[in-house]
Amino acid sequence: MEQANTEHSHGLQMDPAAEYSSSKLGMWLFLGTEIMLFGGLFAAYVIFRAKYPEMFLEQHQELNREMGAVNTCILIFSSLTMAVAVSAIQKGKRMMSALFILITILCGIGFGVVKYFEYGAKFAHHIYPDTSIFFSLYFMMTGLHMLHVFVGLGILAVIMILTWQGKFNEKYSTPVELGGLYWHLVDLIWIYLFPLLYLVG
Amino acid sequence: MSEHSHSEEHHITSYTTYIIVWVVLMILTATTVYVSYLDFGTLNIVIAMVVASIKATAVALFFMHLKFEDSITWAFAIFPLTLLALLFGMTVLDTFTRVVVP
Repeated sequence: MEQANTEHSHGLQMDPAAEYSSSKLGMWLFLGTEIMLFGGLFAAYVIFRAKYPEMFLEQHQELNREMGAVNTCILIFSSLTMAVAVSAIQKGKRMMSALFILITILCGIGFGVVKYFEYGAKFAHHIYPDTSIFFSLYFMMTGLHMLHVFVGLGILAVIMILTWQGKFNEKYSTPVELGGLYWHLVDLIWIYLFPLLYLVG
Repeated sequence: MSEHSHSEEHHITSYTTYIIVWVVLMILTATTVYVSYLDFGTLNIVIAMVVASIKATAVALFFMHLKFEDSITWAFAIFPLTLLALLFGMTVLDTFTRVVVP
């Protein structure tokens, strides 16, 4: 009984379980604000699509459906590798975890490269954000998403290095899990962007 | 007892589960691309959104571990969706019930 009491008297140090669950709640709250950030753009999409259905139908043909599909596959695969990385670190396999975070990062870079060629093709056809409401939304939504991919890549790079250095293990892997949550959200948003812009525009 | 509850908290999803979820996501992606080449009229967007929502749910439940989270995390995850519904509902109601005064 005495021992049990002294175990909890670490001064200002928090209970690891409480720290873990509050970190995760904080992350989910942040993801909620991210959903609302994109929500405004999705709402704008709904309004303008309802007002100008012909424009959306006509101009979405300009988008490269194949490239969009390839990018969807890349991003979903990167979500898989990130999920595996989280499970690996929870089992204490830090080298495997770091390797899978690296694969995730490479997929993210691949996504950026495909997007670079897509934007390049649009500019070559003299399609810019001010061409029409549809392309204004297209560039804004995919651009903001791309920005999130870059932020995610930065976060994952830091987490990969820390994992490599052995900062995380089966007892403490919160940053890897939270980084994973962010990356999955980026994937989640793309899951809606792809059909709305490329497939049923 | 405390050991037990601790291990429950950190549910580790098996690699096999992740791969199954991934295969399902790929099949759904192929489906939605295939359907986009067919013409069902207004039904096209309905199918696309239903498929996207199934994919999003699978990502949230398994990749984001929502299936194994407690109710407070669920509340944090569902609440923004309620706000989103409010945002969409109000914007659509406003825009399409406006009477233009000359």
